Amino acid sequence: MSNPLRNETLAGMKVLVTVLPKPSVLDPQGAAAAEAIRHHGLEKIGRVRIGKMIEIELPEAADESLLHEIARDLLSNPVIEDYELKVVNA
Amino acid sequence: MKFAVLRFPGSNCDQDCVYALNAIAGASADYVWHKDTSLAGFDVVVIPGGFSYGDYLRCGAIARFSPVMQSVREFAASGGPVIGICNGFQILCESGLLPGALVRNRGLHFLCQHVRLRVESNASRFTNAAVPGQTLNIPIAHGEGCYFADEETLRSLQANGQVLLRYCDAQGRPTEAANPNGSRDNIAGIRNEAGNVFGLMPHPERACDPLLGSTDGLAIFHSLMKGWTQPS
Repeated sequence: MSNPLRNETLAGMKVLVTVLPKPSVLDPQGAAAAEAIRHHGLEKIGRVRIGKMIEIELPEAADESLLHEIARDLLSNPVIEDYELKVVNA
Repeated sequence: MKFAVLRFPGSNCDQDCVYALNAIAGASADYVWHKDTSLAGFDVVVIPGGFSYGDYLRCGAIARFSPVMQSVREFAASGGPVIGICNGFQILCESGLLPGALVRNRGLHFLCQHVRLRVESNASRFTNAAVPGQTLNIPIAHGEGCYFADEETLRSLQANGQVLLRYCDAQGRPTEAANPNGSRDNIAGIRNEAGNVFGLMPHPERACDPLLGSTDGLAIFHSLMKGWTQPS
């Protein structure tokens, strides 16, 4: 992926929000997938966690702090999940 | 006693709740659409089960922002009783009206079965018609009913007597084997610190008619009505 030439207004950029369960939260899907990965021959692996990625296109200027607020309060639940927000070229 | 049963797109236990409540002497129930903002004339708010907004994003995550939820927040802040069942419990947690969260069942399966619940405390307006230690036979029906809270929250729930129901075995013991979904401390239902907001994963409204095999759910609704008098 190319390093985005950061447009400060974020217009024409894309936001990728990754949401993962906190390490302290039981993730049975991750545990099941880890088992399947081992069956595929990659035996020496640590924890596997399954979350989601949300892609938001920004055709117009957007406020980055509002994006963080949305990622924290709507797209993730801080009780059980952590999020990471990345701005990339659309 | 007038019950408001909220309806979101995707609610599917709203009719069961209204049916069960209307069959109880002295109780009446009516629907409140999620876009309505008035709870005037209602004494209790019921947030029923279902799959509000298709469970998109997370269970209850979108319903939390429905217009009616602001009114529910005000209703709860003024001391009004609120009970959230299944998806209703998830919505209350997402709204921050109850601590913790509900995540995917430990076994990954959607579970639809009768479970046994132990009443941990009857010092609450939701369980005062029961006896502590009494067990209730009430069904669950959920895929995301595993209660999670951090250690500190669990300690304060316990210290404040906020855990009202735990999954237990036939002898009333909250064993690991009796925990259907991996909930921490076998928690099936909790109340808020103020004592007027209650969330539970089991469906008491599905255990109010003898035709359905158990009437133990009435203990919850009878508790709410116990000692209640018509405001003049």
